[in-house]
Amino acid sequence: MDETVAEFFKRTILKIPMTEMMTILKAWGFLSENQLQTVNFRQRKESLVQDLVLLCEKKRASLNDAAILDIVYTQFHRHQKVWDVFRMSREPGEDIDLFDMEQFKRSFKKILQRALKNVTISFRDAEENAVWIRIAWGSQYRKPNQYRPVYVVYYSQTPYAFTSSSQLRSNIPLLGQALTIASKHHQIMKMDLRSRYLDSLKAIVFKQYNQTFETHNSTTPLQERSLGLDINMDSRIIHENRIEKERVQRVTQETFGYYPQPRLEFAQYKLETKFKSDLNGGILAEREEPLRCLIKFSSPHLLEALKALAPAGIADAPLSPLLTCIPNKGMNYFKIRDK
Amino acid sequence: MSVLRPLDKLPGLNTATILLVGTEDALLQQLADAMLKEDCASELKVHLAKSLPLPSNVTRPRIDLIMFVVNLHSKYSLRNVEESLHHVDATFFLGRVGFLATGAGRESHCSVHRNTVVKLAHTYRSPLLFCDLEVEGFRATMAQRLISAELTSVPVFLYIVCGTPPQHG
Repeated sequence: MDETVAEFFKRTILKIPMTEMMTILKAWGFLSENQLQTVNFRQRKESLVQDLVLLCEKKRASLNDAAILDIVYTQFHRHQKVWDVFRMSREPGEDIDLFDMEQFKRSFKKILQRALKNVTISFRDAEENAVWIRIAWGSQYRKPNQYRPVYVVYYSQTPYAFTSSSQLRSNIPLLGQALTIASKHHQIMKMDLRSRYLDSLKAIVFKQYNQTFETHNSTTPLQERSLGLDINMDSRIIHENRIEKERVQRVTQETFGYYPQPRLEFAQYKLETKFKSDLNGGILAEREEPLRCLIKFSSPHLLEALKALAPAGIADAPLSPLLTCIPNKGMNYFKIRDK
Repeated sequence: MSVLRPLDKLPGLNTATILLVGTEDALLQQLADAMLKEDCASELKVHLAKSLPLPSNVTRPRIDLIMFVVNLHSKYSLRNVEESLHHVDATFFLGRVGFLATGAGRESHCSVHRNTVVKLAHTYRSPLLFCDLEVEGFRATMAQRLISAELTSVPVFLYIVCGTPPQHG
């Protein structure tokens, strides 16, 4: 086995936490059950990795096999990447042929390899007609860098693809082009949506987040479905503003629904607006240039936090539509300008 | 009634009523729970309100103590308390009102300066207590203080009061 490939194997297997080692290797499927049983998984990690690399060498594992292992690792650790969302479109009225996955892969590979002599492309099929693509970029004169790959998750029955953010941004237009042409689309556009939580991005973009679980509980009184802050059943505590509390609960439920919110870490608003003032005159009022300002909301779970604001008494209900429109519009980056 | 007056009702036999006023319902709720967990000889009732004035269509017992809760992380909670204070009769401030400021522990989150609440409490001649209500241990201690203040027959805060209360219309 080539030295660089062996090194790549070693570093990829080293990344895997010991607790997940068996699961990921099984999911990878390159080493059989029997072969895995010949390895001592109780030894120190470095020795275990050495044994596994030897095993791969014996089985003549290729660079592509290592790349597939990298994909499997990333699938288990998708939260370690930040994902962007792209949407493709076709010309109106164009015939949509049946999607052929193999043709897509061939075409995608061809386009990238024609443009860049050195590039490693690997595919792994996933459920829901999706394919995970791993691309290691090289150039005319340099071999591909296996340690800074880009991942693309393309749902073939939809116009959407998710890509892991990469610092090597110069190749993104080429990637977009390859994706568009191979999937028989005409245009590709980056959405203003980004998050670590790939599954949440999926839920937002495919509008799968608003499935109500309870379809038969319409007789349950509102109080019992309150959000986390239950109206206390202790009769020694009296809520003076019970009516207002109930209104806030109702408005919040209407805006956010009964279902768990998709997970995002932030929302960012870029404002570019001219100064407006009721007072006449003043230095700022005469300023022609708009004022620029950036507001960022961060949270481990932004939408649940926004949902909890009004019931917790931190904000008035209803919340600003700029905050509540995030899942509907599929955006968490906003640019606000004067009309 | 739009203005709370301390002595327009007779005190209940062996009961005490505390009113907590503040925007952050979750914190008030937790403080109320902590207070009710304390062992009380007499019966304690806790009323929670976002702001004053209270809804007028309800009969409620005489209120023995009002605690205004300000979250130092929120200018909104301060403004809410400032506006609610206008609906309290001046005589309440003779020992039946206190201010509670929460959130001082996380300095970087504070948007209300400590001095602002200190001045507010001074203006209304009422005591100010600092307590991070989000921390269970501190909350339990504060609950104990409020209970013991509540249950003594003479309003405990009276000794801190000095000077004349502000003039109210």
